[in-house]
Amino acid sequence: MESILKEVLLRYRSENGSVVSILQDTQSQLGYIPQEAITYFASELNIPESRFYGVATFYSQFCLKPRGKNIITACCGTACHVKGVDKVVNAVSRRLRLSDNDHTTSDGEFTLEKVACLGFCSIAPVVLINGEVFGKAAVEKVVKKIDSIARKDDER
Amino acid sequence: MSGKIFIRVCMGPAGIAAGGKAVLDEFNKTLSDKNMPADISSRCIHNQVGCMGLCSKDVLVDVEINGCKSTYEHVKPEMVKQIVDDHIVAGAPVKQWLADEPLKKFLDKQEKVVLSDCGVIDPEDIEAYISRGGYSSSKKIITSMKPEQLIHEIKLSGLRGRGGAGFPTGLKWEIARKSEGQIKYIICNADEGDPGAFMDRAIIEGNPHLIIEGMIIGAYAIGSNKGYVYIRAEYPLAVQRLENAIKQSRAKGYLGSNIFGADMSFDIEIKLGAGAFVCGEETALIASIEGQRGMPRAKPPFPVHKGLWGKPTVINNAETLANIPYINRKGADWFSMLGTEESKGTKVFALTGKIRNSGLIEVPMGITLREIIYDIGGGLEPGKHLKAVQTGGPSGGCIPAEMLDISVDYESLAKAGCIVGSGGMIVLANDDCMVNIARYFLNFTQSESCGKCVPCRIGTKRMLEILDRITKGLGEPGDIEKLEKLGNDIRLGSLCGLGQTAPNPVLSTLKYFRDEYEAHIFDKKCPAGVCNALLTFSIIESSCKGCQACAKACPSGAITGDKKKPHFIDQKLCIKCGACFDVCRFKSVQKF
Repeated sequence: MESILKEVLLRYRSENGSVVSILQDTQSQLGYIPQEAITYFASELNIPESRFYGVATFYSQFCLKPRGKNIITACCGTACHVKGVDKVVNAVSRRLRLSDNDHTTSDGEFTLEKVACLGFCSIAPVVLINGEVFGKAAVEKVVKKIDSIARKDDER
Repeated sequence: MSGKIFIRVCMGPAGIAAGGKAVLDEFNKTLSDKNMPADISSRCIHNQVGCMGLCSKDVLVDVEINGCKSTYEHVKPEMVKQIVDDHIVAGAPVKQWLADEPLKKFLDKQEKVVLSDCGVIDPEDIEAYISRGGYSSSKKIITSMKPEQLIHEIKLSGLRGRGGAGFPTGLKWEIARKSEGQIKYIICNADEGDPGAFMDRAIIEGNPHLIIEGMIIGAYAIGSNKGYVYIRAEYPLAVQRLENAIKQSRAKGYLGSNIFGADMSFDIEIKLGAGAFVCGEETALIASIEGQRGMPRAKPPFPVHKGLWGKPTVINNAETLANIPYINRKGADWFSMLGTEESKGTKVFALTGKIRNSGLIEVPMGITLREIIYDIGGGLEPGKHLKAVQTGGPSGGCIPAEMLDISVDYESLAKAGCIVGSGGMIVLANDDCMVNIARYFLNFTQSESCGKCVPCRIGTKRMLEILDRITKGLGEPGDIEKLEKLGNDIRLGSLCGLGQTAPNPVLSTLKYFRDEYEAHIFDKKCPAGVCNALLTFSIIESSCKGCQACAKACPSGAITGDKKKPHFIDQKLCIKCGACFDVCRFKSVQKF
């Protein structure tokens, strides 16, 4: 991990106002922002840890806990809301046995994330599974896909 | 037959989701097949284009032979061979797959300015943009026009900001031009915060050079040599296409030092938004680019005087900037002929919700809502009737069906307690609960409130608690009055636009749909059948197949019954979560 953090730091060291960019880069490399990363950047750049933490908790993009191997992203924009994305979210939560406070399955396989809008409003409701777009997302299709990923993982 | 044959495959957001890439690959394969007559394959130009608009019929494919264009709808890879054989080789379009009639109706009342090349040109090819007149106006302006003259021209056109507030663009530029300082910045706001709108995304994905050219012209007007595009990280394709376009533009010498060979340097950097609605507010956006929490500050000083890094800064919405090159190409007079007295030009809307033709539309300001819904949109989904149209997202309001003849422009919508907003337009039908919609928006703004000022931070929380109670059947007499009082106080007392407009969805639904609130509070009923807590779930014995899906889904063990026999819900145990209703494949669970 240290080498990754070092690389990130090198890319932004000279830049003004790089806290957001550093965190974005770290998350895209590691999937989340570990405590060690914040400590490392803070001491290297002489910026208080609290500033990194403040930024990381302000923006919804950032995640301070490790995420699952498979990411399910449910769009909760207005069009998706009126077209019933809740039903899909509920079905996925039931399938993965997630609660309101738990977004990652206990085996670390799946994480269910809700985002404000993905910009696919005309084919609402929309769910992404590992980046693959499910437009006019029907509950069965989405659950089936999750089943097939879970099966493949079991076989491995 | 001779001349070029153009094949355009829609790869806008919905086009990609519907499998546009596979369709394009199939055209690639079919046209390069060795059995294909050489005179045909050499004349074919097939490429991806941005959003064509009619997303509900994606994948759309345009075939243009000798200027005669036909459009296919719902194209799948397996249809490609027949389209090529019948239409391109033999010259007879495959009639049953054509979208021509509905598409014509969809386009008839639209007026495409910003979107005129979107869905026509390959967004990843700068030459395609140049061949349509791109970069001609920026070159002309920079090499032969004075900034003051340019600003005068934009003022004459009457262009107003398309982000929602509608501030005159020319005036903003003029103030920034006159603002003292050597270093100035121009920022394109493409953070598209409205959850339910995708105009900026479609414009950038469909025609990224348009934004770059608009920024070059803006930079020249105010005297800036550094620009930023602040764009959502949730739009990876838009970011990628924009990066690609910036690179191409630099290679051509349109960005960098001495652009167009003139004494001006200008370059653009992309900054990714990190998912905060409040960053649509100018001062919050600036804080975010500076790497801080995106919290707004009090104005004045306005960004045009003191913005990014304390320097004069102009922030323009992506759609505003996209208008600029066309105004310069076609003239301020031409632009000001479009639209109404006060609201000039066109507006792009993301038309979604319970509408037949959902998609991306561009209409002249002043068109009626009726024309948008019934002519362009093709009416509501089968079996539904119109209840309201929501515009302006979390800062906007709902226009009831009775006011369908309202003119869509800044002034008329404001009078109705609504706003044009950035361009989300969501059609709501009889099966949508207005209290639920208001709660949805307030839940959004409440969680997006940055927490800096008390009215917004605590006020929206209290409003949400009241709405929560109402939708759960715990509403009390006096709740409506409390919502109105709180809403007005938050409007007046909040620091920035987010708080000042957050109560709008509640206040506008209270104005037009008060009876629905009253039904929830006094009768404990949800007329639209949405709020689960106010509904009773039961199983229709005659159609229940006894598949046990509902019993398995029920988290409270309220459903009992033997296999292949009708099941039964124990109302005392039912927690009204609606799981049974969702899972039943035989529509045997009813709610009322």
